[in-house]
Amino acid sequence: MKKTAYLETARGAKPQGKETPAAAPAEFKIIGQPTPRVDGKLVVTGRAVYTHDVYFKDMLFAKILRSPHASAEVTAVDLTAAQGLSGVMAAVKLKEGRVKYEGEQVAAVAAVSERIAEDALKLIKVEYRTLPFVVTPEKAMAEGAPRVHDSANLEKINEYSRGSVDQGFAEAEVTFERTYRTAIEIHQPVETHASVAKWDGDELTVWDSTQAIFNVRDGLAEALGIPETKVRVIKMYMGGGFGSKLDVNEHTIVAAGLARQTGRPVKITLTRKENSLCVGNRPSTQITIKGGAKKDGTLTALSLKNITCGGTDRGDEASEPLIDIYKCPNVKVEEFTVFTNTGAGRATRAPGHVQGTFALEGFMEELATELGLDPLEFRRKNYTTSNQGGTGIVYSSKGLDKCYDIGAQRIDWTRRNKKPGEGQGKRRRGLGMASQIWWGGGVPGTLADIKLHRDGSVEAISGTQDLGCGTRTFMAIITAETLGLEPKDITIKIGDTVYPWAPISGGSLTAPSVGPAIRDAALKAADYLREMAAKKLSVPAADIVLAGGKLFAKSKPDTSIAFKDLVKGMRREAVFHGERGPMPAGFAYNTFGAHFAEVEVDTETGRISVIKVVAVHEVGRILNRLTAESQVVGGITQGISTALFEERVIDENTGKMVNPNLQNYKIATSMDMPEIVPIFVDLVDPRINNLGNKGLGEPPRIPPSAAVANAVYNAVGVHLREIPMTPDKVLRALQSKEAGS
Amino acid sequence: MEKTSRKKKKTVTRRAFLQGLGGGAAGAALATRIRGQAAGSGQAEAPLPAAYTRKTINFTVNGKQVSAEVEPRETLLEVLRDQLKLAGTKRTCDRGECGGCTVLVDGQAMYSCLFPAVRANGRQVVTVEGLAEGEALHPVQQAFIEKDAYQCGYCMPGFIMASVALLNQNPNPSLGQIKAGLSGNLCRCGNYVKIYEAVAAASQKMRKS
Repeated sequence: MKKTAYLETARGAKPQGKETPAAAPAEFKIIGQPTPRVDGKLVVTGRAVYTHDVYFKDMLFAKILRSPHASAEVTAVDLTAAQGLSGVMAAVKLKEGRVKYEGEQVAAVAAVSERIAEDALKLIKVEYRTLPFVVTPEKAMAEGAPRVHDSANLEKINEYSRGSVDQGFAEAEVTFERTYRTAIEIHQPVETHASVAKWDGDELTVWDSTQAIFNVRDGLAEALGIPETKVRVIKMYMGGGFGSKLDVNEHTIVAAGLARQTGRPVKITLTRKENSLCVGNRPSTQITIKGGAKKDGTLTALSLKNITCGGTDRGDEASEPLIDIYKCPNVKVEEFTVFTNTGAGRATRAPGHVQGTFALEGFMEELATELGLDPLEFRRKNYTTSNQGGTGIVYSSKGLDKCYDIGAQRIDWTRRNKKPGEGQGKRRRGLGMASQIWWGGGVPGTLADIKLHRDGSVEAISGTQDLGCGTRTFMAIITAETLGLEPKDITIKIGDTVYPWAPISGGSLTAPSVGPAIRDAALKAADYLREMAAKKLSVPAADIVLAGGKLFAKSKPDTSIAFKDLVKGMRREAVFHGERGPMPAGFAYNTFGAHFAEVEVDTETGRISVIKVVAVHEVGRILNRLTAESQVVGGITQGISTALFEERVIDENTGKMVNPNLQNYKIATSMDMPEIVPIFVDLVDPRINNLGNKGLGEPPRIPPSAAVANAVYNAVGVHLREIPMTPDKVLRALQSKEAGS
Repeated sequence: MEKTSRKKKKTVTRRAFLQGLGGGAAGAALATRIRGQAAGSGQAEAPLPAAYTRKTINFTVNGKQVSAEVEPRETLLEVLRDQLKLAGTKRTCDRGECGGCTVLVDGQAMYSCLFPAVRANGRQVVTVEGLAEGEALHPVQQAFIEKDAYQCGYCMPGFIMASVALLNQNPNPSLGQIKAGLSGNLCRCGNYVKIYEAVAAASQKMRKS
């Protein structure tokens, strides 16, 4: 999906509800406890079916021929030889005219095996007229650079202002300007993008490795010119997405077309190289921040200029953390995107916020040092309980202050070097921290059903997706909690567009959207059961409690009926529709956190080792402590990977990516892991929804690279303003520091 | 893959074969013939060298004797997934970079995407589907659930097999040994820290029993 659409969804609908939803109880029995995944057995025995594993007997395998050039005119495509290869059932041309990046699709084949399809690609003859290209933002902005699109390569994508920065800088006693850079990252989900398309008459079913079944359904219907009612999209298990699987993909449309043409199911699985080239990346940024403050640490002005690059598509807006997180009356933002002849960017876990936080929080660290203040105290000094960008709307709940207190205590913040780089020796340690803000309020209008069967079985149903964050398990937990059952008693049905609508699984939306919808449906089911039990037990319905697989009267605890016996009496199965209600207007709904990192820098090799990360988050009520901790652990791991290793490298001379694999595109391994301490501020948002929970997907992904960079600064006294902080950059920075001193 | 067409006899001239090594269109045409799909109106050619003909291999998978007809270039991963329909073993990078396809071959952890299927002849292969005994999970599998060692779960079969191999060789590994033992496997969701906890818990349980 377009990043702008993604951001609109992530920000959430404008709160417009009038009333606070049914208040979330202060205490729950199962919700909030650590509960192992209800589908764990399926996954650890290898029986969970991912899209890669979908198989039909007469299935064909599709492969796509992609442009080897960063910019070229496709003048001729000859499919004859490929079509003549035994085992090839269809070959199609996908492109005529201009291709704008390495990896853009040109032609496709469907064959009886993947190997034959690969061979057939080699028989397709394509004539290209190569054109001048540009692959770096610097060169794309230069005068006379080849144009990527018809319009200019540089385009303004965002501006914002409040107060007067001129006045703010005039009032400042210290002003300071720094530039920060972040590299292009590739999502690299372990399961490469994949789709299986199967027609039955004029009805299409697609199994897709996706974070958004409804987006895929709607996108396919539009692309194929058929009604949405004729398309069904199924996602069972998926091997990672991180934003790269939020929309219908070109290859899925190709598979559907080839399946229609051949009358057989068609499967397409992208290779690791394709996954590296053409299904998204995290755009790079170059962020310049200027800030002004009084000597006591009061911020008077902040300005930000971002030049971002998302290849052929727009880059990421990265200013939201600067606009919102600290109290500052005068702020100005300008953001530009640069187009290049490289694969298009897509939303990548916490888009814009990862880059923007690296810049902002690095800047806050440096400014604190300049002011002679403790960086944590500096942040506390500019703390706010209202959302600054939303012109002062009060946060419905904000536990960032508690995150600071708990984190500082657990890492023992007093151990930090009072003066950055004051330590001695070859290996130097330092502590750093960074704050986090994200949305994560959820999507009003999300639907879910609870179905009670006469044999006592219960289904919780939603057209959502479980990316591995534990959606199935929290659905079971909420249903079981509300009906007085155990999570294992609940059958979970998700990942199918025939189920009630749910939003994309991205942007920290799933738990605060689907959770409250399930709760709403389950509360209705509980009311229905209470009425039934009241008649059976001859007590008022309001006196009935659901617990331990039974319904009993609070006033007469030995008067009870087993859940299974009660539902036997139903005339038919009963369905209860739930909906996630609106959020009361007048409040801002955001998530918060603070990470504290300890690092060791080897000043001889330039290697950075992260020793420990204490991560404290405030995301309202926790639904499942076990899977919530995994979210935090994973976010930190990815954040460290971004901070130290990850970078897409394009050869400027050929316009081709030189590391489209997992050997040269380095991601963190088990050898790179610190001790990780995930902590949650236990706080229930009083009005966000009927559970008091917010999302957790993005938050832990946001602060780690900034916290690590700040810890490196504290260790060696030189701030690396560019990620990844590879050893060469560390050594160069150390040398420049020596030269400067 | 279509088994019927695979059984057809293929031929290729030595000259075509050598040209094929140079790649390009000739290589592609050649590869097709080697693989065993009918290659159109082929002229009479010398038989394929023995080393390049299809072979029947016999080996055990998860304790069961199986046989498969394979090409020299086929990997154990392809045979497991495509022929034997054991989809628990995952294809992730397909070039030995991530460990997602790890299986046990005679008790050793192996990347099945780099392991030529012909080499499996006479060996004992164990995949993630073969660890549990009926409904009773292997202690490593149980620990991975209890410690929530995974998120999307796609890399888990590889991690579980690597962990089983590690604990078979070293029943009581230190944290450093666990990290090193699993360093050939990538988890993009980033759950390594939870995976160590699971392996340590499994180790303790296995030593007690």
